[in-house]
Amino acid sequence: MKILKDRLFKFMVIFLALLTLFPLFSIIFMIFKNGISVINLEFFTSLPKPPGETGGGVLNAIIGTLLLIFFASLIAIPFGLLTGIFLYEYRDKKIGEILTTFVDITQGIPSIVIGIISYLWIVKKMGHFSLISGSFALSLIFLPIIAKSTKETLKMIPSYIIEASLALGISYSRTILKVVLPSSIGGILSGILLGISRISGETAPLLFTAFGNPFLNLNILKPVSSLPHLIFIYTLSPYDNWRKHAWGCALILIIIVSFISFLNKLFLKKWKIKF
Amino acid sequence: MEDKILKIENFYAGYGKLEVLKNINIEIVRNKITAFMGPSGCGKTTLIRCINRMHELNKDAYYKGEIYLEGESIFSMEPVILRRKVGMVFQKPNPFPHLTIYENVLAGYIINGIKLKKEEKDRIVEENLKKVALWDEVKDKLYLRGTHLSGGQQQRLCIARTLALNPEILLLDEPTSSLDPKSTIEIERLLEKLKENVTIVIVTHNISQASRIADYVAFIYLGELIEYGRAEKIFTAPENKITEEYLSGKFG
Repeated sequence: MKILKDRLFKFMVIFLALLTLFPLFSIIFMIFKNGISVINLEFFTSLPKPPGETGGGVLNAIIGTLLLIFFASLIAIPFGLLTGIFLYEYRDKKIGEILTTFVDITQGIPSIVIGIISYLWIVKKMGHFSLISGSFALSLIFLPIIAKSTKETLKMIPSYIIEASLALGISYSRTILKVVLPSSIGGILSGILLGISRISGETAPLLFTAFGNPFLNLNILKPVSSLPHLIFIYTLSPYDNWRKHAWGCALILIIIVSFISFLNKLFLKKWKIKF
Repeated sequence: MEDKILKIENFYAGYGKLEVLKNINIEIVRNKITAFMGPSGCGKTTLIRCINRMHELNKDAYYKGEIYLEGESIFSMEPVILRRKVGMVFQKPNPFPHLTIYENVLAGYIINGIKLKKEEKDRIVEENLKKVALWDEVKDKLYLRGTHLSGGQQQRLCIARTLALNPEILLLDEPTSSLDPKSTIEIERLLEKLKENVTIVIVTHNISQASRIADYVAFIYLGELIEYGRAEKIFTAPENKITEEYLSGKFG
């Protein structure tokens, strides 16, 4: 009877796991099947053709996405790290608890709301859509992810490592910067990469900020296209060529995210610190 | 007249409402090994942590009284400066996990942002690893992380790291309690050699360890200094009845 129950349990675990994985695999399969046909050199290196014409590429969106991520990281990483250190430092105090709650709430704000806020704060003030307003919106999503993961990683550094440093006559601030932070570099990088894969797929906050641009743009004050935004526009369009390109964009996004996840594993392994 | 390096006067310390140390008066002799001995929870670790002002880092920690290093009150010094003069080795070996063996010895310089020439770094590393008899074991793997070493080696690395700053006093808080007997003996031998250049204060609850290495013994019980004097005298003819009972294993 016991053996039978054991087998039944094992069977259920395997069955349900496969059941969960099935949609996942079918999504990836479908994106590959539809996306691979448009992927060629032209797709990566040229700009979109006018509606109705075949061919053309999504260079504007690829560069746009990379630029949006780059500037969002530029804003979010320093502030996120400092916020994380602050949350760690004051974790036992009232102010720390309150701020942690705020960071949690910020993390929970729907991305469309972040988009609207960025629109009001930046786009309206500047008078036009821009790359930088898109990066700002993304950085608002990015920042709490870094802050939380930094705090959690720092918390895992054992107190005896901190004591060792203080006992050598090293000041507290240097101890945090030169001992605690480097010891947690793996975890912090992992949080940053997680954040990048999260924002690389965000669409909603870009609708009212980066706006989209059929041309290649490198100016941070001008509107810019992005992969998720292009997928959104192209899928809604009545043109066959555009809809095919949307699948291609989805494939590129999936590849980017998988690459980040691969990097993440690599970093965690390389910078794994043994205590 | 013995040469006193450290004086603890009418010293009280504790955490919040808990008084751990009561009216401690003690004078530490230069270039000798002084052991603070006593059962668990007697306050010996708190006392040693007061000497380099690590105690005050604890939550709700307080202290009252004076400690003089070479006649100067340690509470009027910058803790950062004091801790370079009074080094500390902990119960659990704690080399910096992100640094190599080489960098660990130099940690007090590197992390403090003190720039040294390459030759000088090499000299400090070799000299101090030799002092702790670790040089021969690690000279071919100086660029491995410190955490790759065995427990006993790690502890010797931690002592080397502390010695690299040329402290006047070396505090050791039960440095062998997490080590095997062989490593313990190695560290004890080492301390006997090191005392030529540095004053050593060691906390131990191991009576035989104290009898093997200490020149002076302070017996602390329930936060009070019960007896303090030359080791031979304390171990052969203790004046206090509690000391005698502790040494004979009646409690502890």
